[in-house]
Amino acid sequence: MQCPKCRAPMHTYNRNGVQIEQCSGCRGIFLDYGELESLTRLEAQWSQQAAPPPPAAPHAPAAPQAYPAAPQPAWGAPHGGHHGGHHYGHHRNKGFGRMLFSS
Amino acid sequence: MTVIALLPELAARAEGVAHTRVPTCSCEVGGTLADRPDGTVVRHADTVAKAHAPDADTGELVRRLSLAAGLPEVFLPPLGPAPVDLHGRLVTFWPYGSPVDPDDPDAAPWEAVGTLLALLHRTPVPESAPVMRGPLKAARAVAGLHAVGDHPAVAPVLDAWATLPAWARAEAPMPRPAALCHGDLHLGQLVRVPGASWRLIDVDDLGVGTPAWDLGRPAAWFACGLLAPWEWGRFLDAYRAAGGPALDAAEDAWAVLDVPARALTVQTAARTVTKAVADGRPLDEVDHALVDACRRIAAFPADLAYGSTK
Repeated sequence: MQCPKCRAPMHTYNRNGVQIEQCSGCRGIFLDYGELESLTRLEAQWSQQAAPPPPAAPHAPAAPQAYPAAPQPAWGAPHGGHHGGHHYGHHRNKGFGRMLFSS
Repeated sequence: MTVIALLPELAARAEGVAHTRVPTCSCEVGGTLADRPDGTVVRHADTVAKAHAPDADTGELVRRLSLAAGLPEVFLPPLGPAPVDLHGRLVTFWPYGSPVDPDDPDAAPWEAVGTLLALLHRTPVPESAPVMRGPLKAARAVAGLHAVGDHPAVAPVLDAWATLPAWARAEAPMPRPAALCHGDLHLGQLVRVPGASWRLIDVDDLGVGTPAWDLGRPAAWFACGLLAPWEWGRFLDAYRAAGGPALDAAEDAWAVLDVPARALTVQTAARTVTKAVADGRPLDEVDHALVDACRRIAAFPADLAYGSTK
């Protein structure tokens, strides 16, 4: 396939079972549907192996940093990633109230 | 046409049933718990009376009450097998249960939600069970949005709706394997009664359908950035641990969750935009999170390999 940005040919590489297309010109990378999730999953497995999270006490809110990246759909919102749960403090109470209703 | 004041009559019925249960009722606590076009709920002491939607079908409601009564570990059991008529509205009676605390997100019973859904989905489906009404509710929410008119949030929501397969738009039967489903799960659908743990309430949409639909709303909250990954994980882990069949064979949960999560994002966005416009208020940050998710949904075609019905 051709790079949508610079029109140079793209080459297929296999990275841990995930196929990615990289442009021979601008080095840009193209991911098919689902491939980003596969990479996220691999990253989660890797970080679990690298640093196993301490077991959380039941019902205690788990530390955001300790939780491996949960897979989400291609259209999912950015979830703050390694920078922690900052995003949720912002939305949390208001968003939580909405979860109590059918709206 | 005479306009009947529903609330005072419903309150009187709740009081009547409460006093048959506890003749020494102190009558101290009570009031209106909900008053919406699709349902009005009034409490008197330990008893709750619900007036169902004006278009509720008696036969289907009786079958749904029977399903709930037969699953006391999952559903709050109704006080009686059939609704009574109150000026054309069907009314049912229930024990009162304490709801989820809206001011304490850390106390949200994510494990209980996952476990109760798994138990419900594992229940053998009785032949008499009606059809789960989730996709129908989504379609109605989108139909309501058409009446909003010219608003910048309308087009993204309709574009996202267009990515859905026919079954998720209530235009075709839901894909099998089917299970008994709640049909309208959210955190307001859990209550706790003394001496028991959490139970599901609201049988109006209960029936046979694709079980992933019940996971769709938490999945939508998570995908919209409203539910933190660790809370989503608690819910999903509990569902799997209790043997929930919706994700049984799926290596990647999102292969199964994608369509329901899209549909419930669209439904929630459609309702909230319709309501904001009707109330004459601007969209708030939660509304924007939902509409932005619809924009992203429209940019990624749904994986039609799952659940496509020809």
